[in-house]
Amino acid sequence: MIVRISDDAVALACGADAVAEAFVASGATVERVSSWGMHWLEPLVEVDGVGYANVEISDVASIMNGGAPDIGDIERHPFIARQTRLTFMRAGKTKPLSLEDYTATGGWVGLKNAYSAGPTATIETILQSGLRGRGGAGFPAGIKWKTVANALGDHKYIVCNADEGDSGTFADRMVMEGDPFMLIEGMAIAGFAVGASKAYVYIRSEYPHAIAKMEAAIELSAQLVAPFDIEVRVGAGAYVCGEETALLESIEGKRGEVRAKPPLPAHEGLFGQPTVINNVLTLAAVPWIMANGGETYAAFGMGRSTGTMPIQLAGNIKHGGLFEVAFGITLGELVYDIGGGTASGRPVRAVQVGGPLGAYIPPKQFDLPFDYEGFAAADALIGHAGIVVFDDTVDMAQMAHFAMEFCAAESCGKCTPCRIGSTRGMETLGRIIAGENIEANVALIADLSQTMKFGSLCALGGFTPYPVMSAINHWPEDFGLKRAARVE
Amino acid sequence: MHTLDDFIAAHCDREGPLLPILHRVQAAFGHISEVSIFEIASALNLTRAEVYGVVSFYHDFKTLPDARPVIKLCRAEACKARGVETMVSEAEATAGSRVKIETVYCLGLCSVGPAAMVGDQVHARLTPAKLSALVAQL
Repeated sequence: MIVRISDDAVALACGADAVAEAFVASGATVERVSSWGMHWLEPLVEVDGVGYANVEISDVASIMNGGAPDIGDIERHPFIARQTRLTFMRAGKTKPLSLEDYTATGGWVGLKNAYSAGPTATIETILQSGLRGRGGAGFPAGIKWKTVANALGDHKYIVCNADEGDSGTFADRMVMEGDPFMLIEGMAIAGFAVGASKAYVYIRSEYPHAIAKMEAAIELSAQLVAPFDIEVRVGAGAYVCGEETALLESIEGKRGEVRAKPPLPAHEGLFGQPTVINNVLTLAAVPWIMANGGETYAAFGMGRSTGTMPIQLAGNIKHGGLFEVAFGITLGELVYDIGGGTASGRPVRAVQVGGPLGAYIPPKQFDLPFDYEGFAAADALIGHAGIVVFDDTVDMAQMAHFAMEFCAAESCGKCTPCRIGSTRGMETLGRIIAGENIEANVALIADLSQTMKFGSLCALGGFTPYPVMSAINHWPEDFGLKRAARVE
Repeated sequence: MHTLDDFIAAHCDREGPLLPILHRVQAAFGHISEVSIFEIASALNLTRAEVYGVVSFYHDFKTLPDARPVIKLCRAEACKARGVETMVSEAEATAGSRVKIETVYCLGLCSVGPAAMVGDQVHARLTPAKLSALVAQL
């Protein structure tokens, strides 16, 4: 009997290894696969397509003799059936480090197509796809690649930003742990397109399993992508190194301080050379695009947000996990229909989209469609598409305070608005929480927010005002304010 | 391969060798001493101040030894949403001065929190009891 159990970090953290061992001890053949991304069901065990949820060692015997309750065909579960899995097409189905599995499921087709089409046509396909940077900035990937292709430099680089530090995000981690060859293929295509033969993947140190899988996958696939050479570099606990220029500084062996732009990394990036620096999901989308066509990808989505987004459902949510779907789905559908509301069963009070620098959104705005421009118009941001759900026990003043606390802890220190502003912001919010001069201090926070928003060198200081001001504006009662007009 | 010289030699010919070297030293010795900083600076033709600047910037690098076992507990938004803050004081009481509870911001287990990591072992769906038990057995 073949039993599939994931070795993704979520599965491991929920006890999958012990379950796998128990199956082996019972005589089953166990395959460790990537996670289906239905985290609330992990450890999820699959036998012939049928799923068994939250399996414990005591369930092994009944699963082995066919008497255990199951959740039916995993592929037909509504959570899976409602998705459009382009990037996550292999999730749950293949062994991450099996070249055989990867090749049998369409692997390397994109790379071969790129080689046949040539660099210019490859870049054209990426442009046509409308693929935008999935790290958060949403900048057209094709334009970035074109810039690097045309730039003058003798050693160009591809850098993959795998410093996924936003709370509520884990899609990059799942790609690296579950389908590392896909990321490698995407990077190799990028290298071919722009003329770069060296690449770095900068992975945060908090992801040891992803680091190990990527290192193994790079070694296994080295000959297939040669002379393209990829090296893993490990971060050292600094959130700001997810900012592209701070990341480059970190690889260069320096403090992770943000660089002023211009020059753009595309012109002067790693070690001063033209560099494509893209998020994991951006590069991971590339093989599918090169295998199926740019226009095919662009047919998904809405407006200028083409393609699909692997959305991460997190926090106090009943059905947490990975939900990949075309842009355009509403926040309400994600939180209620698909997510099932809160895990606690209490009402949803707020949702933070886009990580610690994302706005807090109240239920009355849940008709917002997932779209870069739509969110921006509502003073919110998609970021890396992590959605963190909070129930009605959340104290929004504490969350606003945490936003400043986080900024202070992670600030690179280079620019005053962020370095000093975050500390003063913490102190001032502390006074508000203690009930001191509330209105005057809230006005001060609003003023400080303007300074941080327009004076910071990067989004860490620049976007901290999003969670802070959205908390004040939508939940003034938590700050001791009466519900009134917006604080500007 | 286990001396400072070994670690320096293994990486000094790479591009951007400093962080790989510092990671090896931190992992092997639990901290990066003044002597290590001196040797590394010398080998890489950097000033001690530059190397110290890098060591002091990153949360992972410590300049002082600490023999206590460490549990990294996530206290970022998603784990807060799932109740980690209610567990902290009990965990700290259990830890006492014997175990170090280090705050980290995100382990990528955001839908199954509260979450913690001991070495490379990840733990999710923590409850006050489970977390305290984890701390107690370190």
